[in-house]
Amino acid sequence: MSGLRILVGCKRVIDYAVKIRVKPDKTGVVTDGVKHSMNPFDEIAVEEAVRMKEKKIVSEIVAVSCGPTQCQEVLRTALAMGADRAIHVEVDAATYENLQPLHVAKIIAKIAQEEKVDIVVTGKQAIDDDANQTGQMVAALLNWPQATFASKIEKTDGELKVEREIDGGLETIKVKLPAVFTSDLRLNEPRYATLPNIMKAKKKPLVKKTPTDFGVDVTARQTILKVEEPAVRQAGSKLASAEELVTKLREAGLIPS
Amino acid sequence: YNIKMAAIQLKRVLLWSWALARTEHLGRKNFSKRFIHITTAVPTVTSTNVSHLHTENASSYQLPSDLLSSEEQQMKESVARLALEKIQPYVAEMDKNSEMRPEIIQALHENGLLGIEIPSEYGGTNSTFFVSTIVIEELAKVDPSVSVLCDVQNTLVNMLFVRLGTEEQKQKYLPKLATNMVGSFCLSEAESGSDAFSLRTSAVKDGGNYILNGTKVWITNAEHAGVFLVMANAKPTNGYKGITCFIVDRETEGVSIGRKEDKLGIRASSTCSVTFDNVKIPESNILGEFGKGYKYAIEMLNSGRIGIAAQMLGLAQGCFNYAVEYTRERKQFGRRIYDFQGMQHQIAHVATQIHIGRVMMFNAARMHQMGLPVVKEAAMIKYFASEVATLTTSKSIEWMGGVGFTKDYPVEKFFRDCKIGTIYEGTSNIQLNTIAKCLEQDKLTGH
Repeated sequence: MSGLRILVGCKRVIDYAVKIRVKPDKTGVVTDGVKHSMNPFDEIAVEEAVRMKEKKIVSEIVAVSCGPTQCQEVLRTALAMGADRAIHVEVDAATYENLQPLHVAKIIAKIAQEEKVDIVVTGKQAIDDDANQTGQMVAALLNWPQATFASKIEKTDGELKVEREIDGGLETIKVKLPAVFTSDLRLNEPRYATLPNIMKAKKKPLVKKTPTDFGVDVTARQTILKVEEPAVRQAGSKLASAEELVTKLREAGLIPS
Repeated sequence: YNIKMAAIQLKRVLLWSWALARTEHLGRKNFSKRFIHITTAVPTVTSTNVSHLHTENASSYQLPSDLLSSEEQQMKESVARLALEKIQPYVAEMDKNSEMRPEIIQALHENGLLGIEIPSEYGGTNSTFFVSTIVIEELAKVDPSVSVLCDVQNTLVNMLFVRLGTEEQKQKYLPKLATNMVGSFCLSEAESGSDAFSLRTSAVKDGGNYILNGTKVWITNAEHAGVFLVMANAKPTNGYKGITCFIVDRETEGVSIGRKEDKLGIRASSTCSVTFDNVKIPESNILGEFGKGYKYAIEMLNSGRIGIAAQMLGLAQGCFNYAVEYTRERKQFGRRIYDFQGMQHQIAHVATQIHIGRVMMFNAARMHQMGLPVVKEAAMIKYFASEVATLTTSKSIEWMGGVGFTKDYPVEKFFRDCKIGTIYEGTSNIQLNTIAKCLEQDKLTGH
């Protein structure tokens, strides 16, 4: 069953190493001029797609990103890593602030149908909103099976065998294609975009679309009321023994006397 | 006087450089329609002063908000990440043992960093000189030793093959240099450093071969090199016009590599003497033309200087970043030491010097890429950048106080590493001589 087509969702987020600051008016975080890069879990997703292509399981990789013009940087990274084509769904900066996983899922689902892909893969969650929803929603919209938090993927005949990281440990499931999966941290270690591949990526096609091209209405369904920093962590205290701990917990009313 | 001239020159070209900075990928074969108003001004320049090439359509340019094209930016980030993850963890160990990890050379090869300007038909990265300077700078921020290996390979060895090689020579060496081989450039000898062309390594014709005899010293990459480009005099009666460039494979009988020098800085970079004892090589191993070796050396070292400037600036930036971060954490008298005005003034001054150097280096690199002569600019930036690195590293140790003086922190290594910048690829005195000669030339041509 060679020649599978795979669609990878890539989100442009604030770089993981940057210290996040809340805007003075508390309407969001500071993004202007701040270093951005591809969501690390999406990098892992792209890497997995490229590895599957190297193993000849997949024949074409299409990368997609929804957002303002700068998202093209993220798509170029995906192309440099080994994706064949890229689609940039342009959403202006103001609308982007309120863009929700459901909007993105609808767009990705539509693209998956138009491009006739067999697999959709995204990172398990984005490091900015930690929503952990898009992959699952895409599967529901397409009525495809989903394998989330994947830490290992193998192809067996017409199916995928996926090892998932769950609270209790590892769960292995078999998933019929077409399917959606979301990548977890230990799935793989993404490659560097080598300089020759960055050069080659220039020639790969990158098309620009809008949400209306896919019939998706991205008007905001919610408004952000307030964004605040988490409360400063209070100092703890060191206790001498377990008995003292129990006494303190009783005093605080946290355990019955 | 020369510093003042450098500053005036810099002011003139600053505007030029901002305009040029937006020009993407101006390889000599890549003049796209978009930039036709710059390129039509190019061909007839013979002087070293380019201020008269004013941008006629300056108003139609938008000043760029960043100086790199998106592709150059991608390259930079990719190398920065590689350096941080694959090189940073081993820097101290490599310095201590004066040993370059082979895995690092391999990683450089795998990521296309050792064949940057080699065309893709030979398996190279097919990129530009400007990108080479970006790579060299990013590597130097982490380890100047790794950076110099990359610099010599790209700006000297590879470019000599690309510019001068016959198709056969290119087919034989370029694919290897791009993927798994390191090269060395052999010019200096014990008795000829700055006075390079008084070299005495001889090449005596013997039928269809040349017999090489002599010893080269201070050869970078010698420990790992698979090929040596050797400047030898094949016709001493012609003086320096007998100097010819020969390709010598490491395995050739009679080639021996001396022990590694025990150096103050860039210790992980191998620096050895290379001896040629009756080394027989075919005439077909001459690179370029007979007797033109001196000319090739001058031309290559010209752009090589911009590469060294990139290394020195990366060194300065890497050292600066580390030290300033420390000043943001270290508190004395109830405040961060960064908060003291005296410290801020020193830090701001150094940051300014580094910025000047970088803009100057970008400018020289872009000029070189356009085919403009850069003799003066290259000498200026190599000289300036090595001074900036000296200032930055010295100050960085001071800003960190006692801990900056220990080997547990990386700034003392940067301090030791920077010293070579004023010495190799043309000492500072030689650079100043060159600049002065160029100024004379400018006068003669009415600038």
